[in-house]
Amino acid sequence: MIGGIFRMIDETIAAIATAPGEAGIGIIRLSGDKALEILEKIFRPRRKLDVKNIPSRKVTYGHIIDDNNNIIDEVLAIVMRSPYSYTTENIVEIHCHGGIIPVRKIMELVLKSGAVIAEAGEFTKRAFLNGRIDLSQAEAVIDVITAKTETGLNAALNQLEGSLSQEIKDIMADLLTIIAHIEASIDFPEHDIEEVTNENIINLAKKSKKAVIDLINSFDEGRIIRDGLNTAIIGRPNVGKSSLLNVLLKENRAIVTDIPGTTRDIIEEYLNIGGILIKLIDTAGIRETSDLVEQIGVERTRQAIKESELVVFVIDMSTELQKEDYEIIEYISDKKTIVAANKIDIDKKINMEYLVNRFGNENIVQMSAKEGTGIDDLEKKIKGLVFHGDISLKKNKMVTNIRHKDLLEKALESIDRAISSIEADIPIDLVSVDIRESWSKLGSITGDTVEEDIVTEIFSKFCIGK
Amino acid sequence: MQFYAGEYDVVVIGAGHAGCEAALASARMGLRTLVTAMNLDSIAMMACNPSIGGPAKGNLVRELDALGGEMGVNIDKTMIQIRMLNTKKGPAVRALRAQADKKLYAERMKKVLEEQENLYVIQAEILKINTENGKVAEVVTNLGAVYKCKSVVVAAGVYLRGKIVIGEVSYSGGPNGLFPALELSNSLEEMGLKLRRFKTGTPARIDGKSVNLNKMSEQPGDRDINTFSFMTGDIELNQLSCYLTYTNENTHKVIKDNIRRSPLYTGDIVGVGPRYCPSIETKVINFPDRDAHQIFIEPEGLHTKEMYVQGMSSSLPLDVQIDVLHSVPGLENCHIMRAAYAIEYDCIDTTQLNLNLEYKNMEGLFFAGQINGSSGYEEAAAQGIIAGINAALKVKNLPPFILDRSEAYIGVLIDDLVTKGTEEPYRMMTSRSEYRLILRQDNADLRLTQKGYELGVVSEERYRRFISKKESIEKELERLKDTNIKLNQKVRDYLQRQNSSEIKGGISLYELLKRPEIYYDSLKEIDENMPHLEREVEEEVEILIKYEGYIKKQLSQAEQFKKLENKKVPIDMDYMNIKGLSLEAKEKLNDIKPINLGQASRISGVSPADISVIMIYMEQLRRIRKNEKD
Repeated sequence: MIGGIFRMIDETIAAIATAPGEAGIGIIRLSGDKALEILEKIFRPRRKLDVKNIPSRKVTYGHIIDDNNNIIDEVLAIVMRSPYSYTTENIVEIHCHGGIIPVRKIMELVLKSGAVIAEAGEFTKRAFLNGRIDLSQAEAVIDVITAKTETGLNAALNQLEGSLSQEIKDIMADLLTIIAHIEASIDFPEHDIEEVTNENIINLAKKSKKAVIDLINSFDEGRIIRDGLNTAIIGRPNVGKSSLLNVLLKENRAIVTDIPGTTRDIIEEYLNIGGILIKLIDTAGIRETSDLVEQIGVERTRQAIKESELVVFVIDMSTELQKEDYEIIEYISDKKTIVAANKIDIDKKINMEYLVNRFGNENIVQMSAKEGTGIDDLEKKIKGLVFHGDISLKKNKMVTNIRHKDLLEKALESIDRAISSIEADIPIDLVSVDIRESWSKLGSITGDTVEEDIVTEIFSKFCIGK
Repeated sequence: MQFYAGEYDVVVIGAGHAGCEAALASARMGLRTLVTAMNLDSIAMMACNPSIGGPAKGNLVRELDALGGEMGVNIDKTMIQIRMLNTKKGPAVRALRAQADKKLYAERMKKVLEEQENLYVIQAEILKINTENGKVAEVVTNLGAVYKCKSVVVAAGVYLRGKIVIGEVSYSGGPNGLFPALELSNSLEEMGLKLRRFKTGTPARIDGKSVNLNKMSEQPGDRDINTFSFMTGDIELNQLSCYLTYTNENTHKVIKDNIRRSPLYTGDIVGVGPRYCPSIETKVINFPDRDAHQIFIEPEGLHTKEMYVQGMSSSLPLDVQIDVLHSVPGLENCHIMRAAYAIEYDCIDTTQLNLNLEYKNMEGLFFAGQINGSSGYEEAAAQGIIAGINAALKVKNLPPFILDRSEAYIGVLIDDLVTKGTEEPYRMMTSRSEYRLILRQDNADLRLTQKGYELGVVSEERYRRFISKKESIEKELERLKDTNIKLNQKVRDYLQRQNSSEIKGGISLYELLKRPEIYYDSLKEIDENMPHLEREVEEEVEILIKYEGYIKKQLSQAEQFKKLENKKVPIDMDYMNIKGLSLEAKEKLNDIKPINLGQASRISGVSPADISVIMIYMEQLRRIRKNEKD
């Protein structure tokens, strides 16, 4: 099929070089002939400087802008010209603010401007093919390419996205109906196949268009897998919420003190548990307070609980459950909850029976944030809940993968072209080109585009024979 | 008793549509060529429908013609009706379809073979192909004659272990009452070829005087006569019509009542039949909602009353066939001259061939036509010319001639057969081609004649015509680009007549022609200097301008495609030794032995990651070899 799943080796590839969710900076890397051309389209250097003349390996400050000249982010750009780069091709690196949003937006712009998403190990593959990497490392290069990146995760993702893939298959089925009709009438002109009327084609095409647009929009609406599983860490003050968060993040980001109420704002952090992006919402404790600042925090906490798909309820095992604990339990009664029973390193005074009855033994993890014990268990529990589908996703037909979104947008372009061609009375042969292209783009998402499908569809739908 | 009977460069087994083209190509390339047929009266026999061309098939004929093949010229000289199909569906799918006078078609082709320099025709059945050191060496006939040779093209059609089935009656036989070839399959199997059974069928022929054509609707030919060959030019033609009628509920009832007597249902036929030409019984059973199926009644020639009943292919018993036909309006009293039959035959699994149609495990052994699991005269002929050219190149010790998917339908056909294989008799369809906007029937010569000329299969005269057409097109495109028109009363009136919007300032004729409602032909009203051009030049210019956007896009896709196609892979590469390939990929790659990465990528079960691994491995090999040299 047109384009096909096999990409050409001379395309300009792009990838996000930093791990998702990691704060600080994000890096988008491009390699290929068009890397500079793409940078030129989306980057405005601060000093009046022609992007083409940016010196190699020098950091240039500026802004990434979209089609409408809106500033997306302030960034540093670095150009490494061929052959003095890792791949020996032109390489561009864009260092932007970390976090999901800017990185993703810039990546989308880059793709829109003509880059394609790099396959696993593709930078390394090019480096080797272009003689940059030593022969002795060839096997390592092959390992990189064939490494099944987090196999388990991929399988899980597929499960999660079953409904998405069904949705795409449904759209493809409509497109295939159009294709088969057109192709059958072309290949078997004298058979009394009901002629495809332009109206039929347009209606089906418009239906497909709407479905594709919905999917594209779902990407922007956000989703657990991409934006993180909304996880609220709650508990009354000083039970160790922030310590837990810090252990999870393995770095000291929130302020931890022994004075109750120091975590006054909600801090959003992302972490990657077994490939699942967890958006942690560290909260101020829920308690009635006269402190205005804390009141705002409490209100936000309530909001956070409302929005969360998972609550990690932190309690202090070294004391009995307090009134505030019971209030929280009341408040989270309809939420999927994991109890993090903290401070097992200190004498246990808590009445476990109540908790077991209330939450189920399988949802309680005894741990110590201070000593780092029980953290693995907690992570496993969170992962298990997602993988076993205990957590109901807010939306089920969502696009989470930027590559998928890119393909959907290309499919949309083709459908649009087809629709305007029909409206301009362009012959169906040419209309078919665009419909087939959109069908094949969608097929690259599900891995389902097989030319033979068209032929099969023709023969199953139409009675053709000599 | 065997005897030495002579030596040829190339022996072509079979003189059907594939064999004729193979033999002619080889002889035209200057090689001493022998072509055999079990019965010389069956040379170029049209054993099934009396027509040539149609969507995709017509493109194949044009391509064949552009390469100096004979089918196009032959049908132009022997046709009794011509139609251009799909005229409103787009430039790339316009398709010529001719009704042939079957007898004249076969006779003229026989004469062309006989008159061809270097080509020798004999009536014989080839029983065995002898080999020496992994190369073909001799063929042995049923009369004991042994011919030495360097290349063999097997174009045995549906004769190998042919079995005819008509209802409860079945017997060993070839098509159309001819003998089957029962020996050659053994010889092929001895060489390690895997054979399989396919099935096809043909409808009854009826006596024209027993048909009431008044009850049918007439399907006349075009007024405007087009021809297949780029060499034919304008001709006059007295055309015969075809006639359309329909089956009805009675027909379907007769079939359903007797379905148990169909060999397809009793299990007498095991071969795989094509989905695109199901028998009437299959149609009735598979599409129960249809209350009527089309039946075309087509003349078989000028000098016969026999008519072909298209749409009625069947393997039902003769008594049921008679009842079925008699239930159709206009056929109530029809007299069957030849019964419909199904034929089952041996063919090879084409994934055993290289893209030059040579068997991977035997040098000099080529295959073409229905024995490759294809169906249709055009598909057979297209493979025939490629096998013939490559058999000749082999003898000359020259590199193979392979057309890729972006160059010709012939390339799509052969790549599909060899790289993907086929599970049913393969028919060419436009939907199988990724680049059909550039593989048009109108530009087949522009795509292929230069290549044919370089190979030596294109005559000087054809080459001169091609060059002159090419130059005229280029010149006219330039002229249209350079001719600007300004808005004046004459232009304004013209645009109004064409229902076209006004122009602002000046516009080139080239740009104006891009408007869907403006046709080249009408431009002369405002274009005083329009030269008088041949129709095919005008057509080409118009298509190239009107659909420039689409064509450019496909050209650039084709260019991308070519990049992987140009990455050659050593044919003797042992994929089992490449670490990192999936097991399925290893096995498939070792079987198919692709010649380039593009072909490798089309093998089912080979993933993009596998292609990357092969690239790394090849680079590894290259560097190791380089290091060794240094």
